[in-house]
Amino acid sequence: MPPRPLRTLSVLCLLALRLDAQDTIPQGVRVGLTYDPSSRPGVFVTSVAGANADTVRAMLARNLDFGDRLTVISADAGPPPVGRINYELYAKMGASALVQASVTPQGSLHVAVHDIAGKKVLNVSDFAFNGSKELSPAWRMVVHRASDEVERWITSTRGIAATRVMFVRDQRIWIVDSDGANLAPMGVGGVALSPSWHPTGRYIAYAAMADDGTHIVVRDITTGQGRRVPDQGGSNITPTFSPDGSTLVFSAGDDGTDLYAVTPFGSDAPRRVTVGRGSPTSSPSFSPDGRKIAYISGRLGHPEVYITDTDGTNAELLTESPSGDQPYRANPDWSPDGRNVAFTSQEGPNLQVMVINVRDRKIRQLTGDARNEDPSWAPDGRHVVFTSTRSGAKQLWVLDTESGRTRQLTRGAGLARMAAWSPRMEQP
Amino acid sequence: MRVRSRSLVLAVVALAAVTASACKKKPVVAPQPAPVVKPFNQDSADAAERARKAAADAAARAAAEKAAAERAARDAAAIAAAKSAFGVPVYFDYDKSDIRDDQKMTLDAKIPAFQANADMRIRVAGHTDNRGSDEYNLALGQRRAAEVKRYLIARGIDGGRIDVVSFGEERPAVSADNDDAWAKNRRDEFEIIAGANPFKLPNK
Repeated sequence: MPPRPLRTLSVLCLLALRLDAQDTIPQGVRVGLTYDPSSRPGVFVTSVAGANADTVRAMLARNLDFGDRLTVISADAGPPPVGRINYELYAKMGASALVQASVTPQGSLHVAVHDIAGKKVLNVSDFAFNGSKELSPAWRMVVHRASDEVERWITSTRGIAATRVMFVRDQRIWIVDSDGANLAPMGVGGVALSPSWHPTGRYIAYAAMADDGTHIVVRDITTGQGRRVPDQGGSNITPTFSPDGSTLVFSAGDDGTDLYAVTPFGSDAPRRVTVGRGSPTSSPSFSPDGRKIAYISGRLGHPEVYITDTDGTNAELLTESPSGDQPYRANPDWSPDGRNVAFTSQEGPNLQVMVINVRDRKIRQLTGDARNEDPSWAPDGRHVVFTSTRSGAKQLWVLDTESGRTRQLTRGAGLARMAAWSPRMEQP
Repeated sequence: MRVRSRSLVLAVVALAAVTASACKKKPVVAPQPAPVVKPFNQDSADAAERARKAAADAAARAAAEKAAAERAARDAAAIAAAKSAFGVPVYFDYDKSDIRDDQKMTLDAKIPAFQANADMRIRVAGHTDNRGSDEYNLALGQRRAAEVKRYLIARGIDGGRIDVVSFGEERPAVSADNDDAWAKNRRDEFEIIAGANPFKLPNK
């Protein structure tokens, strides 16, 4: 950290110039680009040169803002800078980094990031649009990937702009970009619930509900081809892929439900994982190392979150209940860094999103306004998407678990629920 | 010889008298009326008899048919009532899957239908209210259906005749957010899926 007087000066400078101050993170502002999580360095996105300049600049600035690791300095950018960068000017604006972008005639997005304190270029890269139609979803995903790289150059952590969120609306699967753009149904026929991403982002699994039962389907979202996996008859629900993509675990059973594991692209019969002895079991979520599974079991007479080894041994209660009334814990989702499990808990009259540290079992409540449930972690292990009634009907919201800052992801008719945040989309 | 001659004379006189008497009586005795002596027509008689019988048969048949229709209607109504009674849902407490005491009569009432329809197969569908987790509710609904299956097996019904599925909170009976709606939505529904066409009434 810089000496205190310098830090104070920087804070004052930043507070004076920052127009975007909606977060609640305590500001530990730094000069220079050695990022630490307690700071949100200022970043300025200059005007962009070339086609669709305004869209590109707006997307870059918004993505960096949504990442919650940088403070995007809102100020009139003027014309795109040419020649030598006036580092002193940007330093006075409170910027630690400067993002300079242009759309090249050759069809790529050229991005340079400057280290203001170091008065030098930090990194430069070209992101090819690969001939994708201007402003199309694929084109936008290229800009998102550029944003995520910029965030990595500055903070050492890649952003999550180039991701999508799958969810259920009116019992159909829908998909939306992480910034709320390109909201569309996925084209899966029939009632489909509990969608889940394969780690490659190319396949999804979901529970297809019909009159005679519910079965698990794995679908290639590139080709639209779906395939029913070998299941148990009756109700087969809540599928999830292992982190290496080689196993699909879901819940099924005749007498209550248990977790079953199956090869997602094979034809072997499912192997039982848990021994629930007739109690309801559902909603598995793998630890990122693939060794453990968090899930819901009602074996105590009410739902709680348990964890087990993937072979079914060492099952233990994760969410020890306080001696409160009507304990109810559900929907675990293991964070990508492995440290936490986000889940839903009955707190008073409403469900709330909580997070529990797997090691010390400390629980932190993340929401408190209206009904909030069913969290799904972003690949950065910091943001979650969840269902909330805070705006009335159920919609999806994104929460920064560090700062508590939220933003609404979906709007419009129909209840949005069962969100699943995608891995980073490496291809359009 | 004289005696014989005299006898012959008497006979001739007597004959004459009889003949004279006969000739005298003839105009008095009129011929019998024609219909009485009309020659008998067998075909006409058969036709008439057939018509009479047909009319009687039709009447009998109509009466029988009416009775049968009434019986069928009664049976259909009884079957519909029995089927409807069979379909009466069983209700559950919040976040529970055990069969409530006040629901056991509803379940017990279904058992005779299994006995009367030996090939009958059914589907029990578990449902929940819309509180709690959507996904856990799918598991809870399955548990509720399984609990009813277990109850029926314990009362002698072959478990192979009972499919169980769950719809969780996805198919509410009442779409509302209040205690009454929630109570109506926490249920198992019963559907006959095979082997009961025609449905035999339990008491026959």
